Amino acid sequence: MNAYIIAALLIVLLGVAYQTGWSKSRSLVTADGARVHSRPQYHAALVAVWALVPTLLILALYGYFSSGFTRAYVVSQLPPDVVTGLDQNGLNALVARVRAIASGYGVAGEVQPYENSAGFALRQFQTIAFMVVIAAAAGTGILALLYARARITPRLRARNRVERIVNLVLLACSAVAILTTVGIVASLVTEAFRFFTFVNPLDFFFGTVWAPRFSSTGAGNAGQFGLLPLLSGTFLIAIIAMATAVPIGLMTAIYLSQYAPRSLRAVVKPVIEILAGIPTIVYGFFALVTVGPFLRDLGASIGLSISATSALTAGVVMGIMIIPFISSLSDDILNQVPRSLRDGAYGLGATQSETIRQVLLPAALPGIVGAFLLAVSRAIGETMIVVLAAGNSPVLRGNPLEPVSTITVSIVNQLTGDTDFTGPQSLVGFALGLTLFVMTLVLNIVALYIVRRFREQYE
Amino acid sequence: MTDQALSAGQQALAERKQRIRAGLGRRHMTENLFRFFGIAAIVAALGFVAILFIDVLSKGIPAFVQTNLRLEVTFDPEVLDIEPAPALQEGQSQADYRAARLAWERQVAMLNWNRIIEEALRRAAPAGFEIDSRQILSIPETDARHVVRALFVANPDLLGQTVPVDLVASANTDNWVKGSINRDLGDTQQQLSAPARALIDHFETEGVITSGFAWGLFTNVDSRSAPASAGLAGAFMGSFYMMLIVIVLAVPIGVGSAIYLEEFAPKSRFTDLIEVNINNLAAVPSIVFGLLGAAVFINYFKLPLSAPLAGGLVLTLMTLPTIIIATRAALQGVSPSLRQAALGMGASKTQMVFHHVLPVTFPSILTATIIGVAQAIGETAPLLLIGMNAFVASVPATPLDQATALPVQIYLWQANENRNFFEARTSAAIIVLLAFMITLNAIAIFLRSRLERRA
Repeated sequence: MNAYIIAALLIVLLGVAYQTGWSKSRSLVTADGARVHSRPQYHAALVAVWALVPTLLILALYGYFSSGFTRAYVVSQLPPDVVTGLDQNGLNALVARVRAIASGYGVAGEVQPYENSAGFALRQFQTIAFMVVIAAAAGTGILALLYARARITPRLRARNRVERIVNLVLLACSAVAILTTVGIVASLVTEAFRFFTFVNPLDFFFGTVWAPRFSSTGAGNAGQFGLLPLLSGTFLIAIIAMATAVPIGLMTAIYLSQYAPRSLRAVVKPVIEILAGIPTIVYGFFALVTVGPFLRDLGASIGLSISATSALTAGVVMGIMIIPFISSLSDDILNQVPRSLRDGAYGLGATQSETIRQVLLPAALPGIVGAFLLAVSRAIGETMIVVLAAGNSPVLRGNPLEPVSTITVSIVNQLTGDTDFTGPQSLVGFALGLTLFVMTLVLNIVALYIVRRFREQYE
Repeated sequence: MTDQALSAGQQALAERKQRIRAGLGRRHMTENLFRFFGIAAIVAALGFVAILFIDVLSKGIPAFVQTNLRLEVTFDPEVLDIEPAPALQEGQSQADYRAARLAWERQVAMLNWNRIIEEALRRAAPAGFEIDSRQILSIPETDARHVVRALFVANPDLLGQTVPVDLVASANTDNWVKGSINRDLGDTQQQLSAPARALIDHFETEGVITSGFAWGLFTNVDSRSAPASAGLAGAFMGSFYMMLIVIVLAVPIGVGSAIYLEEFAPKSRFTDLIEVNINNLAAVPSIVFGLLGAAVFINYFKLPLSAPLAGGLVLTLMTLPTIIIATRAALQGVSPSLRQAALGMGASKTQMVFHHVLPVTFPSILTATIIGVAQAIGETAPLLLIGMNAFVASVPATPLDQATALPVQIYLWQANENRNFFEARTSAAIIVLLAFMITLNAIAIFLRSRLERRA
C-alpha cells in the first residue's frame, strides 16, 4: 500500500514537473517572440530533475531511518519495567509482536494489554509518520518545482545543464567498473593479509603439503596450507588442456581461414563457437559421467590404470572448452597478416602449406602466442570442470593419470557455504584467490601487450 | 663451346628437373597431409560438439518421462480419526484462526497416511499377494502421503470417499520400469525387494503403473526425501530473478559506461587506465567475482545469503565488461559521416550520441546484451561462494528469498547418491538450461537480423 502511494507520488510529481517546465518554456516563445536558448523538453527535464531529487532524498532518508524510529517509539510506549526485565532478544521479539498487532494481522496466543496499547499507538504513529513524510516529500518537491519554474527564462541554458547531468550519470556508470576492480583487489588483499596473520606467507607459497583441518577440530592445529600441490595440479591440467586445444584449435583456424570455401566456413565457425557458449557445469558433468569412464576403460584396455577423475579427464575436457577460444583468436590474427606476404610466397612457387608454415605462421607468431596466453589464463581460472572431474586430491605429484586438485577447487572447498571469515580455513580462500588473480592478471597483461604490439606492426 | 659442355649443361638441367620433380612430389604429399590435418581438426571439433549434445540428450530425454501410479485411494474414517476443520468464527482475529487452523493441520499430519496408501496399493495387488508394508511402500515416492494429505486438507469432505489419485512412483520403481538398473542383478544389488519388483511388473501389466510427461520436473521444487518429485521450479525462478537483476543493472550501466568512455571521456592517462582495467576485468576468473561477492555483498553489506539479489549483483559485475566492450565496438563502428552530419546540423554532442549514433548501434548492443546475459545464466562457480548451493525446497517469492539457480541445481543433483536415477535427472536439467540459453541466443540472432535489415 505504502509502496503504491510512494510510486504514485513520484509519477505524479514527475508528470506535473515535466508538464510545468514544458508549458512555461513554451509560453516564453508565444508571449514575446524572444529567442529561447533551449528547447522545451530540456526545460521540462531540468524542472523534473529539480523536483525529483529532493523528494527522492527525503524518501531515502525515511526508508533508511524508519525502522529505527518506530522501534524507539515502541520501546518508549512499553511499560519501563517490562523493557528493563528483558534481554536484547526478548525485546526484539516483543517489538516484533507489537508490530504484528499494529499491522492488523494480530498475534497468536494471549495478548498483554500493554502490547495491545503499544500496537495501537504504533499504528497511529506509523500512519502519522508516513503522512508527514509523504507531505514533506511532496511539499519539498513542489517547492523545488516552483523554484525551478521561476528560473525558466529565455536565456536559461537548460540544455547545457541537462547534458551536464547526463554526463555525470554516464561518468558514474563507468566508475562502477573501476569500483569493481578496487573491490576485488581490496577484498582479496585485506582478507589474504588476515590469513597471513595465521599462516606464514613462506609456508603458504612454498609449502608442499595441503591439509587444512576443519575449523571445528580446535584452534591449536589449523593444518597445513601449502600452495605447491595446488599449483602443480593447476598447471598440469592447464598443460593438458593446451595440448588438446592448441593443435585442434590452430589447425581449425588455419583450415577455415586459408583453405575452406566460404560456405563451409559460414557453417563450421558458428557450430564450433557453440562450444564456447556451453556452461562449464555442463562440461564438468560431461567429463564426470562420460569422458572419465571412457578414458578409464580405454586405459584398462591397453594396460594403463587411469582414474575416472584425473588431471587427464579434466584437462581434455577443458581443452575441448577452449578450442573455440583459440580458433577464433588465431583466425583473427591470421587474417591480419598482410596479403602481400602471402602473395610473395606464392610468387616464389611455394605451396599453400609451405606459405602457411614458413611465412604466415612466423609472421603471426607473436599474436598467436598472445592468444595462447589468454587461453592459459582461462584454463587456470576455470572452476566447475575441475571441481567435478579432477578428483580433488591435493597431493604433489606429476602423474596426469591420477586425481589432482587445483587452486579453484580449493577455493570452492574452503569457502562453500562459509561466510564467517574468522579462521585460516576460510580465509585461505582469499589468499588462493589473490594468487589466482595475480597470475591471470599478469598473463592477460602480457598477452594483451603482445597482441597489441603485433597489431601495430602490421597497421 | 663444345658439344661435351653443352650436353653436360643439358644433363645438369635434366638432373635439376628430376630433383625438382621428385621434390615436388614430396612437397605435394606434405601439402595434402597438412590439409588432412586441417580437416581432421575440424572433424574433431565438430565431433566434440556432436558427442556432447548426443550424450546429454540421450541421457536426459528419458527423465522427461516419469512413471506414475494411479490408485483408488479410500479416505477411510477409521484410519483418519479427526474432527472437522475449524472455521473462522465471529470476532476471532486472523491470527487466532490461523493458529487453530495450523493446529488442525498438524493433527492431520499426525494421521497414518501411509496406511491409507498401503491399503490402496494392496487393493490394486492380486489377492493374497505376500509383501510387507515397508516393501510395498517403496513403490510410490515418499511424498505420496503429502499428496494425499494435501488433497484432504484442501477438501475435508473426502472423508469416507474413494477417489482415483495420481501418484509419482519412487525413483527406484522408475529405474526398474525404465530399465536404467540392470534387471539381471542379484537380490542384494537391487534397490527394491523381490516382491516389490514382482508387484511393479504386475502393476505395469494391469495399467496401474503408467508413464507420462514429467510435468513435476518443471512445477516441483527440489526435494531430498522424494527424489522422483524433485523439480526445477525453484531453481528456474532463482535464475529468472538473477537474469532480471542483470538486465536491469548491467545494461544501463554498461551502455552508459561505454558511451562515456567512447564519446565523452577526455583522452587521458586516467581513461587509458579505465580501458586497461575493463579489458582485464573481462578476463578475471569467475570464481574471483564470487570471492568479491562473499566478502563485499554478504560479509560487508550483509545481503541475505543464498538470495538471488546477491547472486544477481555478482553476475551483473561479471557481465558488465562484456557489455561495455561490445557497446564500445559498436559505437566505434558507426561511420563518421553520421556524426559529422549531426554536428553540422547544429546538434550538441549529447544530442548527436543519443539521437543519431545510439539508435544505429541498437541491434549490436541488444545482441551483445543477450549473449552476455545468457553467459551469466550459465555461471556456477561464483554462486557457490555466496551460498546459493544451499538446499532450498521452495519457490522464491522475491529476489530476497533463499534460492538456487539452474546451473547450481545441476551441480547439486550430479552429487546425489542415487546415480542411476539422477544421471538422467541431471541431464534433463542440463537440457532445460541449454534450451533456455539457446532460446536467448536465438532471440538475439533473430532480433539482430530483423533490426539490421530495417536499419
